[in-house]
Amino acid sequence: MTEVILEARDLVKHYPIKTGILRRTTGHVKAVDGVSFELHRGETLGIVGESGCGKSTLGRLIMRLEEPTSGSVVFEGQEMQKASTGDMRTLRRDIQIVFQDPYTSLNPRMTVGDIIGEPFEIHPDVVPKGGRRARVQELLDLVGLNPEHINRYPHQFSGGQRQRIGIARGIALNPKVLVCDEPVSALDVSVQAQVVNLMEKLQNELGLAYIFIAHDLSVVRHISDRVGVMYLGKMAELGTEDEVYQLPTHPYTQALLSAVPVPDPTLRGKRQQIVLVGDVPSPANPPSGCRFHTRCWKAQEVCKVEEPQLVDRPDGEGQHRSACHFAEPRPIVDTVDVSHLEPDERFATPEVVDPEARAEREMSASEESRIAAGDGSEAVELPREHGSTPGDETRLVGNDEGQGGEEGHRRQP
Amino acid sequence: MTEPAIEAVSEQKAVGALDARGDVGEARSLWSDAWRAMRKNPMFWISAGMIAVFILMSVWPSLFTNTDPAYAILERSRERPNSNAWFGRNIQGYDIYARCIYGARASILVGLMTTIAVVLVGGAIGVFAGYKGGWVDSLLSRIGDVFFAIPLLLGAIIILVSLPRTTNYWFIIIKVVLALMVLGWPSIARLMRSSVIQVKPNDYVQAARALGASPWRVIRSHILPNALAPVIVVSTINLGGYIAAEATLSFLGIGLQSPAISWGIDISAAIVGLRTTPHMLLYPSLFLSLAVLAFIMLGDVVRDALDPKNR
Repeated sequence: MTEVILEARDLVKHYPIKTGILRRTTGHVKAVDGVSFELHRGETLGIVGESGCGKSTLGRLIMRLEEPTSGSVVFEGQEMQKASTGDMRTLRRDIQIVFQDPYTSLNPRMTVGDIIGEPFEIHPDVVPKGGRRARVQELLDLVGLNPEHINRYPHQFSGGQRQRIGIARGIALNPKVLVCDEPVSALDVSVQAQVVNLMEKLQNELGLAYIFIAHDLSVVRHISDRVGVMYLGKMAELGTEDEVYQLPTHPYTQALLSAVPVPDPTLRGKRQQIVLVGDVPSPANPPSGCRFHTRCWKAQEVCKVEEPQLVDRPDGEGQHRSACHFAEPRPIVDTVDVSHLEPDERFATPEVVDPEARAEREMSASEESRIAAGDGSEAVELPREHGSTPGDETRLVGNDEGQGGEEGHRRQP
Repeated sequence: MTEPAIEAVSEQKAVGALDARGDVGEARSLWSDAWRAMRKNPMFWISAGMIAVFILMSVWPSLFTNTDPAYAILERSRERPNSNAWFGRNIQGYDIYARCIYGARASILVGLMTTIAVVLVGGAIGVFAGYKGGWVDSLLSRIGDVFFAIPLLLGAIIILVSLPRTTNYWFIIIKVVLALMVLGWPSIARLMRSSVIQVKPNDYVQAARALGASPWRVIRSHILPNALAPVIVVSTINLGGYIAAEATLSFLGIGLQSPAISWGIDISAAIVGLRTTPHMLLYPSLFLSLAVLAFIMLGDVVRDALDPKNR
């Protein structure tokens, strides 16, 4: 295991509930209530859980966008909560964030060049002034966007392209950790795949460590090395991707995984599905003892009284951390290794989109079509077409921006 | 309706062509893009032209007329428009055309100075209250409410009467500006506060904070550009309103007073001849309305141009 780069120590965030005319504090919403984990250099830690379980608050606490009620985040041995303003500025270079909604995470009044260039203006010593524009174009190229679009505004891009811009801003300062707060939840499935593939490619090239917050179990499984499952502000289970998905020991994880749809119609109704009763309790008044005991089929007297700790518990093959008194493995999801199979050629390939090749192709295509168009007035619309897998050429036919001449150019290669 | 549509189409084509060469080299900023959009808009040129003429009038009134606006020919009192006096003469026998030209100065000065003062004071208080939040916000908002509750004219009368009396032209202007500013800042502060609160939780503001941007930088490059549009629109409309308020105060006899020249004073003096000699009322009122209209039109054009989504 590589060294620990970031460690959350018993993070707690309570929001006061104020009522009445005098705005007295009558209670607390326990959004995050004692979460600890560690992140190793270059790995991806997935955080899953249902809405309102405190995932996003956790991300904001790690970014120090909010101060925790107690607990701390330690980055490379330095406690962030105690860092001075100057130290914090330097720390911010190493931890960056990508937000969920690509429609609100980019300032609509700044050009893409200004948005991605802003990190360099805040930290002027990273890149000298003269080299910033070139660096921004390099970043655009890296995330698979046309570097010529540096002067465009965010609203001229699609959702997937905007998220790429958000990622480019996040990696501009060469951070060591990138907190991704549901980075693909707002995108449709085909675009999700491209963004996730881009993130994997960037991790390989730049050695980033990700904290990948999401509620989509399959996306998290795809990208993560280790996975943490959250329930009502607490970590229920934490282990490697295989441990959590194949040998879940916490009843909540088991229930969650059993709800994952299986894309095989012959298995319909044949597999075991754990249906939980009741709703998630209010985080303002969480249950005593184990937070899951109100909905757990294994719950006993001890669960109401004593809170189970997140410690290593046997999972049949080895052991991994789980916060359940009665932790025992229960395989839920059958995993079939398909990596040796030949992909069906009738479908789009799952390969990583190669932005460099695409950018080159687009550049040459746009140049050709610019010549073809003569006045150049239409040609510029062409490079907007991004974010589709190569080989999926049918997309061009329905493109109302593409003119006849351009389509011809696109199809020829 | 068809003309603007054609206009828009041709504009899009032009923007497309611009992209073709502009995409690669030159850097473009929000304001340069706004200018590019504005200069294609005929409304901009009409309103800007009118404002330019009014400003020119207030700076060099002698460019427009050789007649002395303070030269009264009583025997020609209430004379109808003729080749000698284009807009006729009022009850004192003054040349109405000359007085309309010279009256622009008071209106433009009061309008511009009040708007600038209100935007600076109200805007700063609004940004501060909206960004800080908590008890600072509550305190500033309640103080604003106190001023908001005072009726504009009543408040202005009290302030103008309680300030030392003077006949100095500039001093009276400053007094009127002060009175309107004291009563006018809460509306801009409220507007600014609400748009700052609307913009502040956006992810791009959080992203800038996560990058380590200072509060000043966050306000300057993220919050203000996105929160300013309603303030620009409302303050240009208010500018027209302040010009009207100055005229009202002069009309009531507590703003500028004769021998100073103002549209308000002339409108007030023309009331006696409303039925017999309406031209005495018509021309100063026309100038007043045109000035108010020009600023409102300009505000509208600027708002459209500043919003990249409209392009």
